[in-house]
Amino acid sequence: MLTIKDLKASVEGKDILKGLNLDIKPGEIHAIMGPNGAGKSTLGNVLAGRDDYEVTNGSAELEGTNLLDMEAEERARLGLFLAFQYPVEIPGVSNLEFLKASVDSVRAAQGKDALDSVTFLKLARAKCKLVNLDQSFLKRGVNEGFSGGEKKRNEIMQMMLLEPKICILDETDSGLDIDALQVVAEGVNSLRDPNRSFIIVTHYQRLLDYIVPDFVHVLANGKIVKSGGKELALELEEKGYAWLEDAAENGAD
Amino acid sequence: MTDFHNGLLAVKSDESNSSLSAITALNKSGAESFLQQEIPTRKTEAWKFTSLFNFTSNEEGYGRLAETHSAAGLDGITTIPALDAQRLVFVNGQYSEELSSNTAHKNVVRFSQANEAQQAIIADNLGTAIEQEKHIFAALNNAITTDGVLVHIEKNEQLKTNIQITHITTPQAKPFTVAARLLIVLETGATATVVEHFASNDDEQNCFVNAITEVKVGDNARLNHYRLQLMQEGSIQMGGVHIDLGRDANYDSFQLGLGAKIVRNDINLNHNVGGSHCEIVGVYLPQNKQLIDFHSNIEHKVANCTTNEVFRGIMADKSKAVFNGRIHIHPDAQKTLAGLSNKNLLLSNDATINTKPELEIYADDVRCAHGATIAQLDEQARFYLQSRGISAAEADVMLSFGFINELLENLELDAIRNLIRPLLAQRFGRDEELMKHIG
Repeated sequence: MLTIKDLKASVEGKDILKGLNLDIKPGEIHAIMGPNGAGKSTLGNVLAGRDDYEVTNGSAELEGTNLLDMEAEERARLGLFLAFQYPVEIPGVSNLEFLKASVDSVRAAQGKDALDSVTFLKLARAKCKLVNLDQSFLKRGVNEGFSGGEKKRNEIMQMMLLEPKICILDETDSGLDIDALQVVAEGVNSLRDPNRSFIIVTHYQRLLDYIVPDFVHVLANGKIVKSGGKELALELEEKGYAWLEDAAENGAD
Repeated sequence: MTDFHNGLLAVKSDESNSSLSAITALNKSGAESFLQQEIPTRKTEAWKFTSLFNFTSNEEGYGRLAETHSAAGLDGITTIPALDAQRLVFVNGQYSEELSSNTAHKNVVRFSQANEAQQAIIADNLGTAIEQEKHIFAALNNAITTDGVLVHIEKNEQLKTNIQITHITTPQAKPFTVAARLLIVLETGATATVVEHFASNDDEQNCFVNAITEVKVGDNARLNHYRLQLMQEGSIQMGGVHIDLGRDANYDSFQLGLGAKIVRNDINLNHNVGGSHCEIVGVYLPQNKQLIDFHSNIEHKVANCTTNEVFRGIMADKSKAVFNGRIHIHPDAQKTLAGLSNKNLLLSNDATINTKPELEIYADDVRCAHGATIAQLDEQARFYLQSRGISAAEADVMLSFGFINELLENLELDAIRNLIRPLLAQRFGRDEELMKHIG
C-alpha cells in the first residue's frame, strides 16, 4: 500500500527526518510512537504535502505512485488522509460546504459524479451521528469554536466521508478525554478494511488499547529505531523512550 | 456655478415643488449650499482616491428625470424572500403602487401623503442630522428632493413588522437622476428594523441615484438598519446615512456595496447625549472596473459612548475600493470605547484598495483600537483544505467567501443573510443550493 524509502526531510534548514523506512501492506495498522521532537508530526505533514517541509531524499509510494512530487490535493484525491494534530479553524466557511467540496473533489478524481446537496446532507448527518457530533456542527464554520474533542471527531468524520486508502492520525488522541478517545477509536475501527491501512502517530500507549495495531515502531531522532508487535507499546509505556534514544545516537555514530 | 451644478439642479422644476414648506425651505438652502461647493476633484481631501470622472465627463449629463416608471417584470428583484415587511417601492424615483404593500401602514408614509402630525415630524427633523456644507451630494439631495419617505416610530413602540424601502432603476434612453430621501425618526424607547434596498434590472444602467438617509434615534431607542446596494455595473450612487443618537440609543447597521460604476457612501454618526452605542458592519465587493467608496465619520461628542465598526472588502479584477474611517473623540468624550477594523483582500494585481483609519482623540480616558489591513489568505487554512482534496484555487475562493460570510453570520435578519449569501456564492462560484442548508 504505502512504501517509504530512506525519507529525509528538513524544516527551515534543520534536518528532521534522517532516512526513514516503512512498508505498510493493505489492511495493516502501524503505530508510530516516540518522544517529542522525534519527527512524528513531520512524517504526517511530509506525506500530506505541506509546503513548509523540504524533502531532501527518498521516496514515498502509494500503490506504486510517488507521492512526493504531487500537490497536497492530488495526494488526498489518490486516497491519502491526514487527521491533523491541530485542525485549523476557518470562520465563515461552513463545515458542510467544506465537506461537500472535499468529497466532490475526491469523487471527481475517481471519475464519480458530485453528490447532489440533499443526498450529501443525509450522508453527512449520518456520519455526524457516528462520531457523536450534533448536526448543528455542519452549519458552523470549519472547526470554529469547536472544543479539542469536537475538532478531533470532526477529523474522523471527514475520514469516514472520504473513505481513504491510507489514513494517518497525527496525535489524534492527545488531550482527549476517555469518552472522546473511544469515539475516535470506534471511528477508526469501523473503517478497518482489508484494503485500507492506518498509521497511528501517538505519544501515548493508551489509544492502542482501543485501536490494536499490527506493528509498533519507535521513531527517534528522525529514524525508526525499533519495530515490534503491539506488546512493544506496553514496554515503551513502562520504560519510556530514553533507552532507545541512546541506542539510536550510539547506532548513528 | 457650473454647467455641472446647474445640470443636476435642473431635475427639480418649480412645478414639482412640494406643498410642504419644510421641504421647499430645504430645497432652497440645499441649492445655495450646493452651488457654493466645487465639484470634488482628486485634490479635494475627502475625494482624493475617488475620481468622479466617469460621472462628470458624461456628455449628456445626468440632469433629467426618468421618462418611464414601469413596474413590469420587476417583482423578482424587488422581493426579499421570507422578509416579513411593510414594503414601499420606487421605480426610477417614482412610487410604485403595484410593487408596494397594498395597505397603508401608520409608521411609514411618503412625505406627500403625510398627515398633519407627520408633517410636523418632518418639519422638526428633516435636514437636521446633515452638515450639508461638508457633503456636496447631501446638499444636492436637499436641493432636489420633492418627496421622500418618513418612518416614524412612536414612544415605546416596539415595531414587529420590518420596513423595506426599495429603489429600482431601469434602463432609460438618456442618463437620469433619482433623488431618494428617507427620514427615520424613533422616539424615546422605540425599536424598529428598516431595510433599504437599491437594485437595478439591467447591465446597461445609466442612472445616478442620489440617496440620502437621515436617522434620528431617540433616548433609549434602538434601530436595526440595513442598507443594501445591489445595483448593476453602470449605476452611479452618491449619498449616505446621517445619524443622530440620543441618550442610551442604539444604532445597529449593516451596509453592503456589491458594486457599481461609482458608489460613494458617507456615513456620519453623532453621539450627541451620552450612553449611546453604534455597531456598523460593512461589506464591499467591487469587480470589473467598479469603484466603491465608504467614508465614515463617527463623532464622539459626549462621554460614555461606544462605537464598533467593522468593514471588510474584496476587490476583484480592475476594481477599486476606498475606505476612510474617522473616529473623532472630543475633549468631553471621556470613557469612550471605540473600535474600528478594516480588512481587505485583493484578488488581482490590478485591483486597488485605499484604506485609512483616522482616530482623532482629544480626551484622555478612552479606549480605542483600530486596524486596517490588506490581508493574505491564511496559508494554514489553505493547506487544510488542500489536504482534503480541494484545489488551491478553489480553496482560495472558499476562503475569500468565508472572509465575508463570517460577517453575515451575525446578522439579525435571516432573510437578509439568505438574500446576500447566494449573491456572494454566485460571485465566488459557490454552490447556491448548498448555501440554503447553511443559514
